[in-house]
Amino acid sequence: MTSEAPAARRAGSAERIRWRLGVGPVWALCLVELQKVRHDRTELLTRAIQPALWLLVFGVTFTRIHAIPTGDLPYLDYLAPGILAQSALFIAIFYGIQIIWERDAGVLAKLLVTPAPRVALVTGKAFAAGVRAVIQGVVILALSAVLGVSLTANPLRIGATLVVLVLGAGFFSCLSIVIAGLVLSRERVMGIGQALTMPLFFASNALYPVALMPAWLQAVNRVNPLGYEVDALRGLLLGTPAHLALDVMVLLVALAVGVTVAAALLPRLTR
Amino acid sequence: MSEEPAAEGGTAPAVEISGLRYAFGARAAVDGIDLRVAAGEVFGLLGPNGAGKTTTIRLIVTLLPCPPGSVRVFGLDAARERMAVRRCVGYVPQQLSADGALTGRQNVALFARLYGVPRAEREERVARSLSAMGLEEAADRLAGTYSGGMMRRLELAQALINRPRLLVLDEPTIGLDPMARAVVWERIGALRAETGMTVLVTTHYMDEAEQHCDRVALMSLGRIRALGVPAELTAGLGPEASLEDVFRACAGDSLSFLDAAGGDARDIRSTRRTASRLG
Ligand SMILES: Nc1ncnc2c1ncn2[C@@H]1O[C@H](COP(=O)(O)OP(=O)(O)O)[C@@H](O)[C@H]1O
Ligand SMILES: [Mg+2]
Repeated sequence: MTSEAPAARRAGSAERIRWRLGVGPVWALCLVELQKVRHDRTELLTRAIQPALWLLVFGVTFTRIHAIPTGDLPYLDYLAPGILAQSALFIAIFYGIQIIWERDAGVLAKLLVTPAPRVALVTGKAFAAGVRAVIQGVVILALSAVLGVSLTANPLRIGATLVVLVLGAGFFSCLSIVIAGLVLSRERVMGIGQALTMPLFFASNALYPVALMPAWLQAVNRVNPLGYEVDALRGLLLGTPAHLALDVMVLLVALAVGVTVAAALLPRLTR
Repeated sequence: MSEEPAAEGGTAPAVEISGLRYAFGARAAVDGIDLRVAAGEVFGLLGPNGAGKTTTIRLIVTLLPCPPGSVRVFGLDAARERMAVRRCVGYVPQQLSADGALTGRQNVALFARLYGVPRAEREERVARSLSAMGLEEAADRLAGTYSGGMMRRLELAQALINRPRLLVLDEPTIGLDPMARAVVWERIGALRAETGMTVLVTTHYMDEAEQHCDRVALMSLGRIRALGVPAELTAGLGPEASLEDVFRACAGDSLSFLDAAGGDARDIRSTRRTASRLG
């Protein structure tokens, strides 16, 4: 450009530093996700159907027949945070397919030839999955409230809920990108994603208390980030006893590992 | 877009390749090439599907690893100074890679952010990039509604946002109708005239290269078979000769241009996909 005001230059240099740290690309990729959601809202609705069915059919029925002992808590209340985590998982676990699609369409190559660090690109993708999960989560929370789940009204707790959702979705989207980086084909990502979601979901405390599980399943739950996510969500939304600090720590570490491994595998996709 | 080029590597050639090889498994896609693209020229890399053009380009833009010293961009080593190379290159891949679920402006703004264009300048530079490609009217429509030619120009606008010194275009006119092809070339020409930027372009349309490139390299089976100014290359074969004749002459006459190097399923598939997305 011909004439840049010195002030603009100075503002520019501060921004460059922030950008180098990777905030710029991360925000850019989240923003794009928001813009896409705005352009196509039908997807929001179609994606709300499955969690709605879980709450309406499974939740309401099992609340009535008292098949799953959840203490003083109505089963529907117990279930709602689990479904929240589940919907974030389902959104995130297929992000690898999107990466493969982006590879085939040349988009990934274009991202990788920008000077943005790989780690920032993957973090951006992870948070983009988080953005989707949060939007979905708000729909599910609203639905739960309508169904009479006694959710917290504390805005801080709701905020923290959404943060936990972002961390969970971020981790599982990285897991999906890692799978994509290893198997390199859409079909296999799809297959492995499908093979993985149900065990992750059922071997967690999303549907029933850990105490009801056989010992080996309890062990699985202990290494399953989804279990920590559900624990935190339940604690935040319902005020049940939870290990919030541990849960958030586990999710943060899982996300950091996920981002690192996914970033290392990303260039494999464009070879 | 009247930015003076960055200081680094002021007089170095835009691209300098020496003894470059790249193999996918046992198959050498690029089989020892030497090439020098001067700053400011429009250079065409020509050859049939599977010749190794895309692989060469992906090595130049740092998507594939190369040995140190084998690829230099404005004097910067593509193996050792990858970030610096990325900062001065704009790249448009063979596929139509703009995002149909975003508007044209959002597509360009995304890359403005990824390249760290300061916020104070961003809006204006995005608008300039779009208008340099004749997309100001369509800027706020979803790119999914664009024609193939507009999509290509949108990708050029994305690649230009960083004001690259070297613009690398992989088959920019593939799958486009003749009108749209002409418009794309016209924009590339105007851009070059205005900014003096170097353009490295691959194509398998010989006529286009003859018309629009300052110099060309003819590639087949991973090697460069001929290199020079199109008019000089054809002059050697008589007044009526075309680049296609040159190609036939230097790649061996048993090798007709269009089916040289055998088919390449990957390439054909992605070309088909591009064509079908163009509708
Ligand atoms: N990712 C890849 N994996 C394996 N082989 C590849 C890959 N990309 C290209 N090739 C092979 O390398 C050769 C050169 O391909 P390419 O550079 O795409 O040629 P062009 O762009 O000239 O059509 C072809 O034989 C092709 O099959
Ligand atoms: Mg090619």
